[in-house]
Amino acid sequence: MNSLIAGVILILCLSSYFFGRSEARKLVTQNIKLKALPAYYGYYLSLWCGLPALIIFGCWSLFEPTIIKVLILNNFPQIESKDLFYEQTLSFFNGNFSGEITNEIKAASIKYSSINIIAQNSKIVIIAAALIGSLTFAYRKIQKNNKARDDVEIILKVLLFTSSLVAILTTVGIIVSLLFESLKFFSTINIFEFIFGTSWSPQRAFVRDASAITPEELLELQDAFGSVPLFAGTAFIALIAMCVAVPIGLFSGIYLAEYASTKVRKYSKPIIEILAGIPTVVYGFFAALTVGPFFRTLGESLGLTVSSESALAAGLIMGVMIIPYISSLSDDVINSVPQSLREGSYAVGATKSETIKKVVIPAALPGIIGSILLAVSRAIGETMIVVMAAGLAANLTINPLESTTTITTQIVMILVGDQEFDSPKTQAAFALGLTLFIATLILNYIALRVVKKYREKYD
Amino acid sequence: MLKNIEKNMTKEQRLKKRYRAEKRFKMYGLISVSLAVIFVLILVQNIFSKGSSAFSRTMIEVEVNYDSSLLELDSPINQNSLKDADFYDLAVESLLKIYPAKDSKEERQILRLFSPDYEFEIKDFLIKNPNKIDQVVPVKITASDDIDQLNKGNFPRDLPEDRRRVSNYQLNIYDNLVEKEKINKKFNNYLFTKGDSRDPELAGIGGSLMGSFFTIIICLILSFPIAIMASIYLEEFAPKNKITDFIEININNLAAVPSIVYGLLGLGILLSVMEFPRSTPLVAGITLSLMTLPRIIIPCRASLKAVPPSIREAALSVGASKFQTVFHHVVPLAMPGTLSGTIIGLAQALGETAPLILIGMVAFVVDIPSSPVDPSASLPVQVYLWSEQAERGFVEKTSATIMMLLGFLIVMNFIAVYLRQKFEKKWN
Repeated sequence: MNSLIAGVILILCLSSYFFGRSEARKLVTQNIKLKALPAYYGYYLSLWCGLPALIIFGCWSLFEPTIIKVLILNNFPQIESKDLFYEQTLSFFNGNFSGEITNEIKAASIKYSSINIIAQNSKIVIIAAALIGSLTFAYRKIQKNNKARDDVEIILKVLLFTSSLVAILTTVGIIVSLLFESLKFFSTINIFEFIFGTSWSPQRAFVRDASAITPEELLELQDAFGSVPLFAGTAFIALIAMCVAVPIGLFSGIYLAEYASTKVRKYSKPIIEILAGIPTVVYGFFAALTVGPFFRTLGESLGLTVSSESALAAGLIMGVMIIPYISSLSDDVINSVPQSLREGSYAVGATKSETIKKVVIPAALPGIIGSILLAVSRAIGETMIVVMAAGLAANLTINPLESTTTITTQIVMILVGDQEFDSPKTQAAFALGLTLFIATLILNYIALRVVKKYREKYD
Repeated sequence: MLKNIEKNMTKEQRLKKRYRAEKRFKMYGLISVSLAVIFVLILVQNIFSKGSSAFSRTMIEVEVNYDSSLLELDSPINQNSLKDADFYDLAVESLLKIYPAKDSKEERQILRLFSPDYEFEIKDFLIKNPNKIDQVVPVKITASDDIDQLNKGNFPRDLPEDRRRVSNYQLNIYDNLVEKEKINKKFNNYLFTKGDSRDPELAGIGGSLMGSFFTIIICLILSFPIAIMASIYLEEFAPKNKITDFIEININNLAAVPSIVYGLLGLGILLSVMEFPRSTPLVAGITLSLMTLPRIIIPCRASLKAVPPSIREAALSVGASKFQTVFHHVVPLAMPGTLSGTIIGLAQALGETAPLILIGMVAFVVDIPSSPVDPSASLPVQVYLWSEQAERGFVEKTSATIMMLLGFLIVMNFIAVYLRQKFEKKWN
């Protein structure tokens, strides 16, 4: 049904383009001077034909299910689990319901079928009306020999502007979805307990309906969501990653920018950048199945107890993943340091490495710091490596051989599989997401600021 | 202290020291680059050595007696009645003949040499060759995971029996079959045609391949036009005002938001508010397109910006409108850059896992999805799912999936680089 309507609209659009163009050509044969090229009259008619109808069609299809649901459920105020009831009604209506059929379900599905028919018919009528109305309007305009090109360009400009608004909409969507659930979470759990509490055991809140929580249970739950171990674990693994990535990435960047011959640069730069293109789940697999067990056996042979989900393995692999981010960015900033600075340094007799250490790096420092900050934000937000290679239990430790957990791991662990939407446990994942979002936002903001300042200095 | 030592050195000594420092410094750089390169090689080698064996499958040849009396058919024998027939008794009878068994325990061990689908493989053979009824025919049947791994040499035979997954009795049968040349390998077409399974020898990436395909198509349909339109607006038409600045800040920030946050967005808005179907490529495509949008807009804008102003001025000077200038001249010239940016963005989306896990694509889906609204997995999610499995056979399957995934990424990136190098004009 829906595809039929969409198809009819599209065919009408196409034919109205040719119709508009031929109408305009007719005007030409009557020796009327057109105010635009004939094709623009076609575009004009086609846009007016398609846009209103498609907008109505899109909005209708988006909101129809929700409105029908509300309309039907209003008739059955006595039903307790409304979502389940509605789902049962739908599956009964579609003929694949395998449960106890109650009278309410029967009544609701009858109601559903009648509303559905009304909805379908009125949808067709309204869309047809919109098509006819907008087409006549546009046709009259064409007959009057309007400035079709200007009008088409205005419509297109609005379209272009709307599509650039998607970015704002996405941001709003992220903030709303994170804030909405987080606020619900903080209404049951004290925000200070969340930020400063040191024990994380969300499984205690499992299978508990937020609305049904008694005050005693709430009190008991308060200390189940202390996220300090997660923050510490995230920071710790990110620190290990940076210990790997910063020296290797920075020295690679320096070498590629200052020492490497064109040939070496041509081949080694893409190879290093492969590291950034490999999906993180691949690193996770490698860390969990190869590096983790390797460290474990290595530790055993040295007489150490190494967890097979050690923070060291996850951090090390994460560091490898981050190398190209640091090396390419620092390569870029080092390249943009003006040659005159280097030449000045050579002129007073400094060797190449002295020039790099004393002149180039200090000049490029803001850019390098910016790239490191960006890398840190990537390390904090990285998910798959830690989900697969780091531990699940919240452990407050600074021993890299033990297992720790991170914010992203816990979000995934909470939300994987089926989850009931109103439990504090699920909401906790959104609260963690909000924390992550804010942390990365701040880091990125500072980093971009620093890099931008630096660029301005030499551009 | 150090200063004093330096003062005591002669000029030559100091120079030598500085040159040594120079050499050391250069060496650090070289070591770093080599470490990064070596790591790429180790990773690739590791995946390939683990995964290449997944492309073959161990088969056991069994003399199957297609005795029609065991099928208990009521109707005459034809394609349809064979499809409905129960082949279990027939299959078990033939399989048990490969080696003498003392008791039912040993019989069970014999059956466990084969994949649980042996019944259907025997049936399919007869449906394909209906004239073989009431004959004894050699049929190749997929071996179980344990035998498969044993045959591929991934299995230590010298462990004590209670720590092995294959008993001594089964090992004897295996050796006996090898001697009779009944065990052979063939190309593993199951890997590409089957959906997920709990048995490694029957698990394939057919389902997740289709899931990834639908996801990427939806992501492309949604993100490419919007990204191009948005970048044209921002680069060519946007007035310098607060709204434009705000949009730009938003795009730059969104490009750096961790992917898992987009998963939360998909879960919180698409699934729970707008009630899209869970675990489907449709939701995955929408979520990933929101994520890739800013990542495509940034290179698109860069390639629009790279078109020199002289082109625009020339078009405007012969009387083209602003729109005609942009759509007839600037956009076509920027196309190679925008296309390669889009392909790279899609390649990133193809490898993305975390947001898909949050929108429920981790469900165990056996059927191969035929449309974007069927529940399915995707390639990277399949890697995650299989890597959690304990069986040895899943390790090679996971590695093979990674090989496929990396193959797609290499192809996409190659196309992107080719487009840019072949078609992009260099302006000097």
